Amino acid sequence: MLSEELVDLSRLQFAITAMYHFLFVPLTIGMTWILVIMESAYVMTGKTIYKDMTRFWGKLFGINFALGVTTGITMEFQFGTNWAYYSHYVGDIFGAPLAIEGLMAFFLESTFIGLFFFGWDRLSRKQHLLVTILMAVGTNLSALWILIANGWMQNPVGAEFSYVTMRMEMVDFWAVLFNPDAQAKFVHTVSAGYVTGAMFVLSISAFYLLRGRDVEFAKKSFRIAAAFGFASICSVIVLGDESGYTVGEAQQTKLAAMEAMWETEPAPAGFNLIAIPNEAEMKNDFAIEIPWVMGIIGTRSLDQQIPGIKEIREKNRERILSGMEAVVTLEALRKTPNDAALREEFEQHKADLGFGLLLKKYVVDMRDVTPEIIDKAVADTIPRVAPLFWTFRLMVAFGFLMLALFGAALWYSIKGNFADKPWLLRASLWMLPVPWLSCELGWFVAEYGRQPWTIYGVLPTHMSVSTLSVGSLYGSLAGFIGFYTLLLAVEMYLMVRFAKQGPGSLGTGRYDNEYAHA
Amino acid sequence: MLFDYPTLKLIWWLLVGVLLVGFAIMDGHDMGVGTLLPFVGKDDVERRIVINTVGPHWDGNQVWFITGGGAIFAAWPLVYATAFSGFYWAMLAVLWALFFRPVGFDYRSKINNPTWRQTWDWGLFVGGAVPPLIFGVAFGNLFQGVPFHFADNLMPYYTGSFWALLNPFALLCGVVSTAMITFHGAIYLMHRTEGAVQRRTQTAMLVFGSLLLIGFSAAGIWLWQGIDGYAIVSAVDAGALPNPLDKEVIRQPGAWLANYDKAPLTMVLPALAYAGTLAAMLLAVNRATLAAFVASSLAIVGVIGTAGASLFPFVMPSSTDLRSGLTVYDSVSSHLTLNIMLWATLIFMPIIIAYTGWAYKVMAGKVTAAYIRENDHAAY
Repeated sequence: MLSEELVDLSRLQFAITAMYHFLFVPLTIGMTWILVIMESAYVMTGKTIYKDMTRFWGKLFGINFALGVTTGITMEFQFGTNWAYYSHYVGDIFGAPLAIEGLMAFFLESTFIGLFFFGWDRLSRKQHLLVTILMAVGTNLSALWILIANGWMQNPVGAEFSYVTMRMEMVDFWAVLFNPDAQAKFVHTVSAGYVTGAMFVLSISAFYLLRGRDVEFAKKSFRIAAAFGFASICSVIVLGDESGYTVGEAQQTKLAAMEAMWETEPAPAGFNLIAIPNEAEMKNDFAIEIPWVMGIIGTRSLDQQIPGIKEIREKNRERILSGMEAVVTLEALRKTPNDAALREEFEQHKADLGFGLLLKKYVVDMRDVTPEIIDKAVADTIPRVAPLFWTFRLMVAFGFLMLALFGAALWYSIKGNFADKPWLLRASLWMLPVPWLSCELGWFVAEYGRQPWTIYGVLPTHMSVSTLSVGSLYGSLAGFIGFYTLLLAVEMYLMVRFAKQGPGSLGTGRYDNEYAHA
Repeated sequence: MLFDYPTLKLIWWLLVGVLLVGFAIMDGHDMGVGTLLPFVGKDDVERRIVINTVGPHWDGNQVWFITGGGAIFAAWPLVYATAFSGFYWAMLAVLWALFFRPVGFDYRSKINNPTWRQTWDWGLFVGGAVPPLIFGVAFGNLFQGVPFHFADNLMPYYTGSFWALLNPFALLCGVVSTAMITFHGAIYLMHRTEGAVQRRTQTAMLVFGSLLLIGFSAAGIWLWQGIDGYAIVSAVDAGALPNPLDKEVIRQPGAWLANYDKAPLTMVLPALAYAGTLAAMLLAVNRATLAAFVASSLAIVGVIGTAGASLFPFVMPSSTDLRSGLTVYDSVSSHLTLNIMLWATLIFMPIIIAYTGWAYKVMAGKVTAAYIRENDHAAY
């Protein structure tokens, strides 16, 4: 049995490094298309200002991109270093999209980013635009494959367990590829990236306009960001709703937990706008409910029920009992692999094997299982409600706040008088951190809501880790925190410095703040 | 499916080899450049010349490393799981050394302050020198066997320490690997520079080329005389579902050289290591630097190929529970996954090579002091 401390530290390290990585990813994803838009304007109009925009915003994009690459390698290492049993158990399925990501997407993105920065004088205008487009395509395809891998963790389709190899094996690659969970997640996540890129350009442009600097440059940038941002935030919200629907099919548990829905209500269920969940008594102490909404989002119907937490727990109890049989027969089968009767019995319970493995958190030998342990395992199957309930609501609130901002920004861009609206410019500046917060909250909901599993229903988190010493984990955790703090300080220093200096940093002689390259 | 399971297992052994060699040739040359940076560039302009020879390419090259890792995850999940978790601190050292590269390249010249720039120069040195050193040390340990075993549910347990990895033979392999990568980087750097930087780089090239030849020979003799190899003594069913616990392995003196008896054609590999290195040195001295780069790339094929062919069919033998040792037959993914990954590689690898070649063509030519001055704001 692996110590709980080891499992918790492994989770903490993964959470810290993944959330840190995702400070840089969404901006990269969004900025690539904004650069494509700006450069297309340059190629079509031939106006130098659009080239300068591409180069200046590209410079900030590059500062961010460097840390995205740095922290991305950590993620690929970490499955092997800290989640060795996970890597063995599902590598047959999970490894493939990661490798294909490298081949199809990451090479494309990384090769062309070099030409994006260094190819200006060596390529024709159209060739350079093509380079920028290929870089954007590579970045977005990269997100696609990562989310196919992640979607499979939430909804493990197209795979079966083999007792000979003791792992999950792929049986249908197309099912993994076209996993509805992955597809909805992909569009939701890249759209969130587009919003992040748009907010970044909008905020910094607003800053120049408030200072009355580089006005033409800032106005053109602001308009592009407003239009792109508005389209993207609409996509985020619509596709977020689509994720809600697919979650309803594959992961009712997550949905029930993030909605604090203890009982199965008659269809269509209401949506708890605000509630105070009480985990001990499995009820809400207080709730403001909007009738019908949850049922419609979750099932796309008026007559289908969404199961509440209590009903899910009782279903899971049965699966744990059946899973216990699966574990017992599997362990016997490993000793006598040719016993046909055992094999047949295992096949009967195989679908619940993952639920049986939940008991391994408490016992090594299934003969030691007591009713109390089963109760504990049943309780484990529901993630903690309050953190999910609140982070989800905060994310949604931020989403609508950004919808309002981008709506206003677009409206006044069309009217042409946004630069005379200090309140709009100030709101744009102050809301700079909001998309990052929303992205992090969204990932928290997605991954914390999957607990106690790494692979939903297949492999519990507590079995997924590497058999390292707790001391090693404290050491590596300290190392990561140290390195990442330092890197963030350096990155923020450069980012703030160049954002403040503005397009003058290009050294073209056309902009304010053209002090020497200091 | 195009190939049966036993054939696919062998193909994937070759493909992992191809990816490793691709990584060493492509990412290797910019790591070598990073290692040489503080020594062959005497002032800021010279250092910027050195950095900008790889400036547009290091990121694309690094993907060889990432894709290699991903391919091992997908094709050999047990190797990925066991090696990365077992060599925990070594892997973190590689990772943390690699941290210095993206930021070193991108941030170094954005601030005009000597301390800032010199700090990043040494960062690029660490990012260039440490990974090949550790990969060499890791290979050195593979030859001696790694202390790990599997529980019955195939959970890997590593029972050694980090310090035990740093034994004399492994350190020698680390020297060979670092010398090879630095030598290769020096040849690339000679190709892209001129004048004083090129002259200093030539000296380094001759030193590291010689070190590679001596180290490679010494490691070969040591392997022949002083290191016991491993051999499978039970019947191997290459088509069986992979189960590493289902075999019998013994430790045997000279086992690592047995393959050269069984398949004498493999002698080509060590021969290529020598011939490639010598030819590269000769060509580079005569300023046929592009041909020299091809020759040093072939030397890399020879060195890595020699290591792989000697170990075959083992990938990662165990020194403490011999049957747990991982081989090309029993650490692999399912037939379906290997097949899908083969197709993905066959489709995308030629495309990658084509656009990488184009990127190098666009940026071809010597990097000069005039280029750095004209592109003060945009160049690294």
